[in-house]
Parts: sequence; structure tokens; C-alpha cells
Amino acid sequence: MTIDESTLDHLARLARLRIEPADRGGLMADLAALTGLVGRLAAVDTAGVEPLSHPGDLTLRLAPDVVTEGDRADALLALSEAAQGGYYTVPKVIE
Amino acid sequence: MSIDIAALAARVRDGTVRARDLAEEALARAEAARSLNALVTLDADGARGAADAIDAAPARAGALAGIPLVHKDLFSTRGLRTTASSRMLADYVPPFDATVVERLAAAGAVTIGKASLDEFAMGSSNETADTGPVRNPWDPTCVPGGSSGGSAALVAAGVVPVATGTDTGGSVRQPAAFCGITGLKPTYGRVSRFGMIAFASSLDQAGVLARSAADCAHALAAIAGHDPRDPTSHPCPVDDYVAALGDGVAGRRIGVVREWFGDGVDPAVAAQVRVALERLEAAGAKLIDVALPTLDHAIPAYYVIAPAEASSNLARYDGVRYGHRAADPADLADLYTRTRAEGFGAEVKRRILLGTFVLSSGYYDAYYRQAQRVRRLIADDFARAFADVDLLAGPTAPTVAFRIGEKTSDPLAMYAADVNTVAVNLAGLPAISVPAGFVDGLPVGLQLAAPAFAEGRLLAAAAALEQRSDWHRARPEGFR
Repeated sequence: MTIDESTLDHLARLARLRIEPADRGGLMADLAALTGLVGRLAAVDTAGVEPLSHPGDLTLRLAPDVVTEGDRADALLALSEAAQGGYYTVPKVIE
Repeated sequence: MSIDIAALAARVRDGTVRARDLAEEALARAEAARSLNALVTLDADGARGAADAIDAAPARAGALAGIPLVHKDLFSTRGLRTTASSRMLADYVPPFDATVVERLAAAGAVTIGKASLDEFAMGSSNETADTGPVRNPWDPTCVPGGSSGGSAALVAAGVVPVATGTDTGGSVRQPAAFCGITGLKPTYGRVSRFGMIAFASSLDQAGVLARSAADCAHALAAIAGHDPRDPTSHPCPVDDYVAALGDGVAGRRIGVVREWFGDGVDPAVAAQVRVALERLEAAGAKLIDVALPTLDHAIPAYYVIAPAEASSNLARYDGVRYGHRAADPADLADLYTRTRAEGFGAEVKRRILLGTFVLSSGYYDAYYRQAQRVRRLIADDFARAFADVDLLAGPTAPTVAFRIGEKTSDPLAMYAADVNTVAVNLAGLPAISVPAGFVDGLPVGLQLAAPAFAEGRLLAAAAALEQRSDWHRARPEGFR
């Protein structure tokens, strides 16, 4: 299918991805080709077929409700470029 | 390192070979193979430290005592940079080990470094790594395959006898085929994914690459088994893979999959794979023509499901908790969008956008749900086939290794490199790529697939082929 400017903008907004102007044309062409590839699935007769989300219809098991990691806050916060005072920081969101 | 890793480890344990010497040899070989660009990080100090610890008490070391290895740089290694070959994680040092890393270390294996991959394991050529393309030891103008291309190149070049990889759509098997080595993708759930950076969670599985079926068996034995930290890890008992090596293929029914010899497959590759199959026939296997018509839909189904799951999994890279963070963000949206624009490469962005598209309102049912229905048809097709045969066979990849740069501007041509491998992931089955000869001086791989948890059957067939060929013993010029 055709991927126009507004579709690309919509997808980029959903994906929280800034797209450089120089990349737009190539991405629209690639996505048009790729949606064409995956669009071939429409021709497959799947009437009455249940979707399969995991091999073997695997369902996730509940884990025992016990502490396994302990307090590793410092080690984890140290991975952030902008942690302060025991918190992650982000740009101001409330005016 | 011409003997198998179990025999070598036995010599380390009885003190006749020092782990430190094996580590030094691997480090020297890594240096000599630098032109391959296959290592993201060399950990000489860590390797020497681990080796010395084994030499201090060799008799207490495990089944892989002193065996040098590399981990694909998608496995988290405590205190050792783990990049996923992405700018996004260029400086990321995990505070924990992946289960695969932990188990191999417990078995005595010595990590000498982290191997390059296609960024976030998305690719079939190892050209999307932020550190640049990896070169194939058989021909440095060719790709090693991907995404576990660094692991495959380092094993083929004799730097290490064994490496870890991950396989979401062929990322262990296809590079193994392109580099002339053996690559095993276990059943979904057989090996823990804990600590393995996620690409597509319903498809991802850790695997091993080595130069023989026996080495793969020993490595798999070390990593297979239930792990409560991975909710998709399966509790069923682990088979004795080493014992299975001697089972042979006498009486085995091998289905030769018609669709795996389809139009896109190079006739010379197809012919060479048939030569390998005749060797298995001579060893007592019965070859049976099998059709799995739904496999024609495997590529489109995979390229809906894998990007959809990737777009979701990679949402975590937001510049807040770890990984790259854009400088001086104007607001929260700017932090997210610029961090991701700067941190991800072109192929990752393409797949995130495609995955976002197939999950978006108005397209979800037509693409994502439809792909999941096709996925069941494919899984059912495999189940039907395995009611009649023990193994399925075909070429691992439709061609031998292609030239660096040949397919980078055409995603559809690149995705076609996975035409014979993705279906196995959709169905969650185990499969192996085994050396099957050469076309124009480049290696060809035979792919064998088996029912869930029948890894031993794959290893037995791979070992049987080794007994009737010497393809797995061939070494690339310059790396002998």
C-alpha cells in the first residue's frame, strides 16, 4: 500500500521516533514495499483458524510471590545518565 | 583446538592443559582475526582472571573447564559492556548476567569477549551493527550472515571453538551455514531467555555455534533447562544430548521439504544439499518427499509478527533509565523522540515503524491477527508432517554468503535470505544447520528441523553426516 506523508508522521508519533527530513522519502518507499510483502497474507484463507500467539499455545505461569532480587536501586539508578537523589529525572512535565 | 571441547576440558581438569594457556591462545587468535571486525569487546583481563581461577582448582571445574568462548553481544554480562551492536546501548554495562552466561561460566567456560551482531539482532548479514560489517573468514568481501555473524565468524576463524547466538528467524542457522560451521537453534522454551536483550519475545531463542555436532551438544547441555526467571522456560526434563550423538540415522525418516527447494533457491546450493542428504540416506535414513504448502506464507507472517513484537519490546529505550539519552531535551516528547532517533540505526527504525503499522488501529486485524492465524496454519502443517517423518530437511539459506553491500539497499531482497529459516521459529521447533559442502568456494548448510524438544535427534543426524563427510573439518585459508 502507499505510505503517504501523514501516515509516516502518524507512525512516527506512535513509535516516539523523530524522522530526519532526509530519511522520509526512503522510509516511505521501504514501508510501501514492506506493507506490500506482508499484505500478501490477506489472500490466505484463515476462516475459523484461532490466532497463535506463542508456540504450543504457551501460557505464562505465575511466579511465586517472593522477593528474589532485594534492593538494587543504587546499581540500577547508576545506569541512568540523569538520576538524582534516588530518582530518575525527566524534563519538566508540569507547568 | 582440533579435539572436541569435552576432551579438551577433561585435560584442563586433570591438569595436563592450563586454562590460562587456552585463554592466551584464543586472545592471540582474536588479535590475528581483527580484520574480520567480529568482536565488539575483547575482555582479556576477565578471560585471564577466569582462566586462572580454574587453574587454581582444575579438578573442581565443570564440563567445559577452560573452554574459551564468545557471547553474542545480546547476552547481558555483569560488569562487561553489552551493546546489542547498537548506539543505543554503546555504554551499557549490565548489573547482572544472563542465565546462559551464568550457566556457561558455571560449567567452566571462559568468556574472551562479546561478538558483533546485526543491531538488536535485526538482520541477515551483520551489516547493521553500529561497529560496521563483519567479514566472512571464507571470503572477506562477503557477509558472515546474521544476525549472529560475529559469533559464526569467530568460530569459523578458529578464535574460539564455541560461541553463543540467538535465533529469532534464522540468526544462528544462517550465519552457521554461511561460515561453514554447525549452529543449533533449540526448541522455544528449552533455553532461558533471561538476560537476553529482547527482539521478538514469542520467537527469540538462545542457541550455540561450534565446529561439530559434539561441541554443540556439550554447549547445549550446559545451557538447556528450566529457569524460573524466564516465564516461557519449559520445565520438561533435558535429554542427554551427548549420549544422543551416537544414535545415528538408521531407520530415520527424513522429509525433504519441497518448499525449501523453491524458486528463490540457487540450484547449485540445492544440488549440494541433495548430495548431503544422499550421505544420510547411505547412513540408513529414508528420504521422503514432503510438501508443507503454508511455508510459502512464512516470510510475510514473520515480517508482521517479529516487527510487531520488536516495536513493543524496543519501546523501553526512552533515554530515562539506561542507554543513550539525547542531550538537552526541550521537553519529554523531545527526549523520547530524539533519543530514539539518535540511538537506533536505519534497519531498527524500519522495523519499529513496520511493527507500529501492523499493530495500529485499523490495521491490527488485517495484518497482526491474520499473521497469527497463518502462524497456526504453519505450526499445524509442521505437526502434520511430523506425524509421518522424524526430521525435515532442506538448504539452510537459499544462497551461499553474498557480497557486503549487495542487499543493503533492498530490504525485500535481504528478508528473502531468511526464506527457509523463519517458519521453524513461528512454530517454535528446534533446527540445526550442518556443514554440507561448498559452492564456488563458499560453505553450504543443510538445515534439519525436528519436533519440539527433539534436539538430540538433530545432533544425532548432524553427527552421522560428519561421519560420512569432511565438510565440517574444512578451514578457511588464513585461519588454519
